[in-house]
Formats: sequence, structure tokens, C-alpha cells
Amino acid sequence: MSVLSDVKTAGPALDPVVSKAKKHRRPGRWVVLAVLLALLLLVVAPMLVIMVNAFKTPSDYASNGPLALPESISFQGIIDFWNRIDFSRKLLNSLVTSLSVAVLGVLLSVLNAYALGIGRVRGRIWFLVFFLVANLLPQEVLVYPLYYISKELHLYDSPISVIIIFTVIQSAFGTYLLTSVYEEFPRELLDAAEVDGAGRWRTLWRVVVPVSRPTLAVLFTFFFIWTWNEFFLPLIFLVSNENQTVPVALGVLQGDRLMDATATSASALVGILPALLFFLIFQRTLTRGITAGAIK
Amino acid sequence: MSVRKGGRNSGYGLYLIPGVLASLAVIVVPLVMTVGVSFTKWNGVGDPTWIGFDNYTRLFHDDLFWASFGHILLLIVAMAVIPTFVGLVLAAVLFDYVAKVLGDRWAKLFRSGYYLPQVLPVAVTGIIWVWILHPSFGALNQILDTIGLGSLSRDWLGDPKYALFSVMGVMIWFQFGYPIVMFMSGLQRVDPELYEAADLDGAGWWQRFRHITVKMIRPELYVVLVTTTIAALKIFGQVFVLTGGGPSNATIVPSYFAYKNFFEKAQVGYGSAISTVLTVMIIVLAIIFLRLQNRSRV
Repeated sequence: MSVLSDVKTAGPALDPVVSKAKKHRRPGRWVVLAVLLALLLLVVAPMLVIMVNAFKTPSDYASNGPLALPESISFQGIIDFWNRIDFSRKLLNSLVTSLSVAVLGVLLSVLNAYALGIGRVRGRIWFLVFFLVANLLPQEVLVYPLYYISKELHLYDSPISVIIIFTVIQSAFGTYLLTSVYEEFPRELLDAAEVDGAGRWRTLWRVVVPVSRPTLAVLFTFFFIWTWNEFFLPLIFLVSNENQTVPVALGVLQGDRLMDATATSASALVGILPALLFFLIFQRTLTRGITAGAIK
Repeated sequence: MSVRKGGRNSGYGLYLIPGVLASLAVIVVPLVMTVGVSFTKWNGVGDPTWIGFDNYTRLFHDDLFWASFGHILLLIVAMAVIPTFVGLVLAAVLFDYVAKVLGDRWAKLFRSGYYLPQVLPVAVTGIIWVWILHPSFGALNQILDTIGLGSLSRDWLGDPKYALFSVMGVMIWFQFGYPIVMFMSGLQRVDPELYEAADLDGAGWWQRFRHITVKMIRPELYVVLVTTTIAALKIFGQVFVLTGGGPSNATIVPSYFAYKNFFEKAQVGYGSAISTVLTVMIIVLAIIFLRLQNRSRV
């Protein structure tokens, strides 16, 4: 505590150049860097191992082990795996589910947050508490009734049930986050729209949505990636081969006797690639979003 | 028009209707049903029979239930405690050392790299680790053999003695990038002059870390601890793919325990009781954290 208060009084007087110079003289710069790099290598090592082995033939793997570079680049493992589980189909399923949930989830969040954050409807605190609690609920406490109801409605083993469920679950989070953003929404803009004669509906689409587009982009990205990676509910709801999503298809293959080391690597590689692609595309939105409180 | 004359905030309620209806159908009704079913004996077909608190007393005497919560405690260490601590140190190093000495780009590169496991599908990272940790053809044992530490190699996920620790190791790998991202953004708020002044005062790195870094990012610290702890309580996918709760229940966790009762044993009432207890625990934990956070703000 005393350090902190001393520091504050000393603050404005100092010369930044001095401390910069001091920092550079400090030894151990390379040690720090080496440790950070070693750690980074440790983090990405599993992915590297997968990449090396996905392009091997089973005989190459058997004779040279998992760490040697492939003797020659072979796409056979990947092609075989792709065809065996009809991976294009799984990709399409995942894409359709994730996109639908991202679009519908953002839409539902916007409607909720418009009423709660800007409209400040009566009882808003209780709605917010509800959405916060909904966010915390483990899916296990919802799963059996959802399973039962979807069977009754003949929506079991259909992507529609998964889309509906995730739209609501994701929008609970979206509503919570977006309401706090809309509470700060500039009143002048709303008043100006009202003076121009715009009703609530027009104000929402012409003013509120365009102005909050950066936040909506963050939500969209998160909903998409979260839904893409979801495992538990899709595992239960999408049982037939033609409805499975990528994670489910790969997850249930675990322990399959046809999965030797190269096939496993190939499957992991095709499972990672889309996620890696999203990560690179959405990197900026993602880091912005994680820190905006977008957390799971 | 007449609606709007009724006051500044009227007419907005309409926009809540879709959200309320959807939440009722997907969250409220199923939640109430699960709590209701937890007081019954039901195999998923026909009518449930009311048995009062029997499921809960059975739960209380079920060793497997206690074991699953014991495992969760260790997973909280692996998913919340260790990543938070490691993340704190790494975020500070990246923010006030790497960014200054090597430049912002390097700090960002490291941050993205460390965060990478978080964006990959859980099922896929599970597959990778099952293979790496496989006793006969896994990469880890082969590496140990190659560098002459063959005696250390073992059946990482298949031996009840080590399975949970292996899962913990994978979870640390999976989790620790998230606190780094959170803490580094919190550190943006810190006035650089504070660090400069501390430097001038002769405060060492550790002193600055303790007195400035940790103090300044306390809000993020709370958020990270509560979200990662709750994530540990909810853990399912990783366990499903890595060990399936085995070997001989050495890695069973509450959500997997509930799943087994629901879908493998058709003991829906008992599964509902487990999920209800888990839910109550999570909500209580969240309330405690919120209280603590509010108190520290004053």
C-alpha cells in the first residue's frame, strides 16, 4: 500500500527515458523470451504433431514413429477419412446450425435488449436476473425435458431443435451483454429519431442497430464459434449420421477400431481447420469481444 | 401514436414477447420439469411415480456422487486456480516487459498463440490428446522413450491412478490462454506512469506485480475466477472424449454422472436430482462471487 501511495506522488516528476534505459540494461531478456517461446511451443505442439502425422501413410508411421517428418506427403489418410464419414455433410450441418443460431441469436438479443436497455420496461431488473441465471444453468438441468419435448413434437434428431435451443441459450448471454451496452446508448440519437417521426420499430432498425453494429458483430462471432464447438446437446439431439455436426461426428469416432494413428490425425486436422480459419478471420473481433465481457 | 404518448418507456414491452416465449419454452419449462422429476422415479416412459426426497437421500449416500464432486475440486484447481495464477504472471510479463522491450506485435502474437486451444472444438482437442497420451502408439510415451525416460511412460488416461491428473494437465493447456487475454485488456487501464514511478522508486518486478498489477485488475480477476470455476463445475465434453468418466469412474464428474443416469441407465429421476444439485451449487457460487466483488468495490 505504501509503495502505491509513494508512487502516485512521485508520478508526474519522472523522466520516462531514464526508466526505459534501465529496462534495457536488465539482464535476462533472452531468458524471458526463451521461456515464453518454449511455452508457446508447448501449447501448439499438439497441433504440430497432428499436422505432421495427418500426411503420413500408415506404414510410414509404423516404421518412423510419430515425431519424424513424413517420408512423402500423402493425402490418402485425409481423403479416406473424409469419404468414410462423409465429412462434407458434417461441415454443411455445422455451418447451417451455427449460422442460423448466430443470426437468430443476435436478433433475439437485440429485441430483448431494446426493451430492457433502451425501453427500460417495468421489472427490467428481474428480467436481467433471469437472463443472468439462464446463463449460469448447466445444460444437464435442461436436457432431459428438452429431449422429451422434442420427441413429442417430432423435432428429435433434427437440426431445427438444436437451432432453437441454442438460439435461446446464446441470446440469454447476448441479452445480458447488449442490455448493458444499450443502457449507455446516446439519448440524443433516440430523441432525434423521435423528432423525425420515426416509431419504435423504425428507430430500432435505422438508429439502434446500425450504431451498435460493432457489438453485434462480436456477439455474432461468439455465437457462431460457440455453436460450432458445442458438443453436449448436439451429441444427444443429432443421433443419425446425416444430421451430425463436426464435433459430434469426430467425438463419437473415439475408440473406433478403424481409427489408427494416421486416421486419427487426419480426423483431428480436418476438425481443427475450420476453427483455425474462424480464429484467423475473426481474431480482432474475438479479442475485442472476450474483453467486452463475452465470456464462457 | 397513442402508445407513445403514454410515456417515454411504454410500447417497448412488445419487443420482449419473442424472447419471453422462447425462454419459457427452452429454459423455464424444462428447468421446472427437471426439478419436478427429481422428486420422482421415472425411466423416461410412462408416468413418473412421486417418491419425495428419496433421490436426494440416495444421492447423499452415493459414493460415486461424492467422488464426482471430489474430482470437480481438482478440476477447479486445474481450470481456475492454476490458469488464473499463470495467466496473471504471463499477462504482466507480456504487458510490461515483452510489449515494451520487443514491441506490441510480439505481445499480441504470444497472446493469440496461448489463446488458440480455447477456440478449437472440445471434441477435437480431446481426440488429439487421447492419441498423444495413448499408451502404445501415443506421441508422449514415444518421446519419453526416445529421450531415455522410458521408465516414466505409462497409460496416462487408462490407469485410474493417473487418469484424473492427465485430464487436469489437458485442462490447464486448454484453459490458461483465457485469463491472459482478460488480464492484458485490464492492464490497458493502468497508468504507465505508475510503473515508471515504481521503477524509479527501486521497486522490483515482483513488488510492482503485487502492488500495481494485481490491484489494478481485480475486477478481471473476479470475472475470470468465477467463469472458470463455473466452467469446471459444468465440464462434460472434455471428460466424455478423453476418458468417458473412466477408468472405473476415476474421472467421473457430476454432468457426466447425470448424463449416464439420463441416457444410459434410464434413471431420469436420479439424473434430475444430480443436475438440480449441480445447478444450485453453481447459482450459490455465483451469488457468493457477486457479493465478494461488490464488497471489494466499496
